Amino acid sequence: MSVAPRTPPAKRDWSWRSQAFRGLLYQIIAVVIIGGVAWWLATNTAENMRVRGIKSGFDFLTQPAGFDIGESLSKFDSNDPYWKAFLIGVSNTLRVAILGIILTTILGTLIGVGRFSRNGLVRGLCQAYVELFRNVPVLLQLLMWYLLFTEFLPDVTEAKRIGDIYLSKGGITFPKPIWETGHLFGVAGLLAGCVVAWFYRRWARSKFEATGQVRSMFWVPVAIVFALGVLGWLVGGAPSQFAVPAKGEFAVEGGGALTPEFMAVLLGLTLYTAAFVAEVVRSGISSVARGQSEAAQALGLSKGQEMQQVLLPQALRVIIPPMTNQFLNLTKNSSLAVAIGYPDVVSISNTALNQTGRAVECIALIMLVYLTTSLLTSFFMNWYNAKSAIKER
Amino acid sequence: MAETIIFQSLPARPAPVNTEGLVPWVKNNLFANWQSTLTTLIVGGLLLFYIPQFINWAVLTATTVPNADACRAEGVGACWGVITEKYRLIIFGRYPFEEQWRPLVATILMVALLVMSCTRMFWKKWLVAVWIVVLAAFFILMYGGMFGLTEVQTDRWGGLPLTIMLATLSIVLCFPIAICVALGRRSNLPAIRTFCTIYVELIRGVPLISVLFMASFMFPLFMPAGVTIDVLIRVLVGVTLFAAAYMAEVIRGGLQAMPKGQAEAAASLGLSYWQTQFKIILPQALAMVVPGIMNNFIGLFKDTSLVYIVSLYELTGSLGLALNSDADWRPYKLEGYLFIVAIYFAFCFAMSRYSLWIEKQVNKSKLR
Repeated sequence: MSVAPRTPPAKRDWSWRSQAFRGLLYQIIAVVIIGGVAWWLATNTAENMRVRGIKSGFDFLTQPAGFDIGESLSKFDSNDPYWKAFLIGVSNTLRVAILGIILTTILGTLIGVGRFSRNGLVRGLCQAYVELFRNVPVLLQLLMWYLLFTEFLPDVTEAKRIGDIYLSKGGITFPKPIWETGHLFGVAGLLAGCVVAWFYRRWARSKFEATGQVRSMFWVPVAIVFALGVLGWLVGGAPSQFAVPAKGEFAVEGGGALTPEFMAVLLGLTLYTAAFVAEVVRSGISSVARGQSEAAQALGLSKGQEMQQVLLPQALRVIIPPMTNQFLNLTKNSSLAVAIGYPDVVSISNTALNQTGRAVECIALIMLVYLTTSLLTSFFMNWYNAKSAIKER
Repeated sequence: MAETIIFQSLPARPAPVNTEGLVPWVKNNLFANWQSTLTTLIVGGLLLFYIPQFINWAVLTATTVPNADACRAEGVGACWGVITEKYRLIIFGRYPFEEQWRPLVATILMVALLVMSCTRMFWKKWLVAVWIVVLAAFFILMYGGMFGLTEVQTDRWGGLPLTIMLATLSIVLCFPIAICVALGRRSNLPAIRTFCTIYVELIRGVPLISVLFMASFMFPLFMPAGVTIDVLIRVLVGVTLFAAAYMAEVIRGGLQAMPKGQAEAAASLGLSYWQTQFKIILPQALAMVVPGIMNNFIGLFKDTSLVYIVSLYELTGSLGLALNSDADWRPYKLEGYLFIVAIYFAFCFAMSRYSLWIEKQVNKSKLR
């Protein structure tokens, strides 16, 4: 007796119920719905603009802006066109963001490392700092710093004087070196110093790997850079003219100046983001296996060497991606400057929006600026991340 | 003859060094070596110098009399009178003065609901019903217009009720959107994946403020003629869509960390896509990213302060409303700020502590 072998049902390549077809169907539905909504919004917008007589287009960018900007890197007066105002806004945003990122990295790393201190008082203070600053909205912090700078400092006419630095409601005024060609030599010296220091480090590293002799990898290069900078400055004739601010009748004149708006934005953003950076650094360091620090101690490395040579390089791999996010957050949070009147790109677009009524264009410009900055920063940080990642086969 | 050996006891060994208690702790943590001692002396000295000054200002010489003249007197520290005078305006914004019991009750209900939802005892099916009832009660109390309550337009809502309402609703609404977007970003269907990726990257690339500007200036242009949507709802939608993009990234992190075998095992059991996601993948993935989710919630709560820039008077805005126009009290704005800082801090700190607890709860299965 033989049983006829059961053949499996023939497999069809295609059916209405196949996964491939359903997937295609879902996608078509999604595209139709999203496209339809977009089309509906666009026609509504066009219709509304026609009814309300709103003109569209970016032609307003070449018209005179008609407002002054309190602080800018280059001269701006109210006859200059809108596009120039926008550029100044962008430069102000970038200025506060770049300075903020540098300061926040330093402060945040110090606080994050401080949480591993042997001293209980330092540990406690660092933790208190983190808890306090990250649990209060950044907008509120900016407003508070601005209030402190504008209400609790003396009037401009009675500016507080510390050496040649004046502090008042008008901001901080400080002596500024007057630019001369001699300074160019100094800058050239610094650059040459960087190159020499790079070669020194390469030499020191190859020596270390060949013989095991430890040479300073930080202080000596720093000394080289400074020494060459000073040398260049001396060669250039040692120009040491300072524009010293002096108290005038109504204002402190001369020298460099920072407005209270700038200081409030910078300080607020730095202190707020530093709390998050500290947490990122702390979690990065604590992610390094415990055995690493024990092994470092067994080798007789000092606490500082252990942190610098063993823990931080490994922690860096964990730290970089969230750190990128914090930098981006800082840049995006700089848009809150609009609340205290620092002329960043949002603030200037807002003014332009109120004057011209081109809501779509102005908001699109803001978004474009931030999107570009965000994407560029993430590209750079991804590159750096790939560089510092573990080299695998 | 053998010498007599006289037994001599060795001197007793010293008792083990005490490592518990206050004195050893101080010795190890404050005066372990000279660097540590120096740090302790400097930091401790600074603290001993500044903390008494602060306490002196904030408590000892402070006044709570709601009278600006009393604050201007010589030697008076913090002027908490500004709070005792204006606290109702700060907490309830422009809500009609006689009706302010309504936002008070509504806020208490809402906070009670939140506390309840955070307690394990109440994690039951009927909690959803409680949510619906409380939300309805909140809006009826706030808006009025029925049960003999006078109608209060949304432009007069403000202060703490507005902050809590915005935060709660956007947290609740952004979560399902975020789950869909996170799943969409990992989908096999290219069109859906592209849409979700563009949405997330676009929103994450721009600041919240530009989304709020869009909600308040551009949104009216999007609607067909004659349709107007309340600014509160527009802002709520903006905040929700913004938060959903960030939340989606956190959830996607959890999804990515799931081993592939889980989905394959579910498929071999014959579960459908949605069954796999909701019964197998998401419960494990969400438990993994609880800290990230809670961080997002805290961030969202803090971000509600930004609606002040588009002229909604939540806590930050109502403080400005209360003090900016009043020349008598304006010099004491710092005290006002400290007051709302304390409110924000209390909420955010409670949430971050809760986050630690819930993390332990959901990861109980991993402990052994």
